[in-house]
Amino acid sequence: MLAILGASGCGKSMTLKCIAGIETPDKGRIVLDDTVLFDSEKRINLKPQKRMTGYLFQQYALFPNMTVLQNVICGVREGTKAEKEQKARKMLDRLHLSGYESKKPKMLSGGQQQRCALARILVNDPKVLLLDEPFSALDSHLRFHTERQVENLIRDFGKTVLFVSHDRDEVFRLTNNIAIMENGLFQTLGEKHEVFNEPTTIGGAILTGCKNISDAYELSPGKVFAEDWGIELSVGTIPEDMKGIGIRMHDVEIEGISTTHFLNEGAEEQETVNRFSCRVVGEIENPFSYSIMLRPEGTEGERYILIDLGKNMWNSMRTDHLTILLPKEKILLLK
Amino acid sequence: MNLFPLINSLRIALISTAVVFFLGLLFAYYIAKLPRVLKGILDVILTLPLVLPPTVVGYLVLRLVGPRRALGKFFLSAFGFTIPMTWWSAIIVTVIVIFPLMYRTARGAFESFDETLNQSGKTLGLSNTFIFWRIRIPYCRQGILAGTVLAFARALGEYGATSMIAGYIPGHTATISTTVYALWKNNQDAEAFQWVLINIAISAIVLLAVNLIEKKEKEKAVGRNLSSG
Repeated sequence: MLAILGASGCGKSMTLKCIAGIETPDKGRIVLDDTVLFDSEKRINLKPQKRMTGYLFQQYALFPNMTVLQNVICGVREGTKAEKEQKARKMLDRLHLSGYESKKPKMLSGGQQQRCALARILVNDPKVLLLDEPFSALDSHLRFHTERQVENLIRDFGKTVLFVSHDRDEVFRLTNNIAIMENGLFQTLGEKHEVFNEPTTIGGAILTGCKNISDAYELSPGKVFAEDWGIELSVGTIPEDMKGIGIRMHDVEIEGISTTHFLNEGAEEQETVNRFSCRVVGEIENPFSYSIMLRPEGTEGERYILIDLGKNMWNSMRTDHLTILLPKEKILLLK
Repeated sequence: MNLFPLINSLRIALISTAVVFFLGLLFAYYIAKLPRVLKGILDVILTLPLVLPPTVVGYLVLRLVGPRRALGKFFLSAFGFTIPMTWWSAIIVTVIVIFPLMYRTARGAFESFDETLNQSGKTLGLSNTFIFWRIRIPYCRQGILAGTVLAFARALGEYGATSMIAGYIPGHTATISTTVYALWKNNQDAEAFQWVLINIAISAIVLLAVNLIEKKEKEKAVGRNLSSG
């Protein structure tokens, strides 16, 4: 199972549609197992009907004029009328939809509609499952539960699954391998912990939830200038084509709160590296925390460094100035 | 009272509507897939009969199939009959006149169709024919029904083109609308008024039927929402 993570409009859904044969790519080759689905050079373009792909649409695409059972029967490829119905009923039973056979899709809840769509796909016996933002149409409190159900089904399916999403949490929970897509190209492809801990591109950092990103250029080996924040930073080995740097909110250390680098007041060395006195330029209240906007002292600019503080913490210490430290090893060097 | 005009009007309207039902659906479906420029041109040509005076349509058809014109001559020599002044020649012009009503409403309905249904059907291995008749048409049935009824009502009221190509021969080509005109011209005012009432009654019944069907659909939809909510 591979997840494709990307911002909306980056081409991730288009990729699935090209595999399913709903859209035709300009050029290239698509091969599924041993079957060539598309080859622009050899002029092969298999009909979507023949590709054996299971495409789960964002809104499920259940046929509204048919009942649940009729919908699933549509997915059965072979057999007599009676055999088809039997197969469909079996699948509905497996997906806990017995009793809903004669209902119209509109009468089902979002989760049931999704299971009905999955039943229709699984009974079709596809070679690959293509899931296009499968949870985005569900209420957030239902999502977690539905995710677990789908996770189990996918495990039973046992074949390749491509899962497209813009939700990093969802992607992280469901898959081990993640590809990050930007402008129609895979920027990164790897094991999820690697992809999340060490994004290599600005786009990848944004997608994996890094809130503090700045354009940057190299000053000297191990030193960069972060343009957006107007500060000089010590970093690790700088890749040649570095365009920016990033640091996650929870990696920013704060004097009086974090203890890793601020523990020993006497340790001069630790204290001076990437340590900045900042003005608090704004605070935004979230349901359970405050987002604090910081601007390094002595610099001018619109951009700020964002940190997140618990409500009690911030209420007890509210101040105009904070000293922060950006740990050298936590700074992401981005292309 | 001779009921021939009623029967003739009904058969012309019913056959024309049946023809236009299929033609309109197929044109609406295939033209939507064409490139933009071609689509624009065909759209204008196919909608033209809606805004042209029916006499102009009648004139153009006569030019094509009149006994002294090429196509008319061919029919006369090959099959030994002339097209104008027959009851069924009215069908030809009626089809042309009512076609845009069906075509435009069907196109509007198709535009509201959720294309992912088509796409998911294809990936499931369903044939395009199945998807068209069993998914697309039922999905768009409201608009298609409205277009069909409009076309039928208009066919029933067709006068200009019909009178030009089929003329008014009592018992042969007379329709309700041509009969009303002929009777009125002959000062048979009472008889003309009878036919006017009949025409109004039929049209009213047709429109009433549409409203009832629409209401039923809506009730079904409300019932659905209530039970799911």
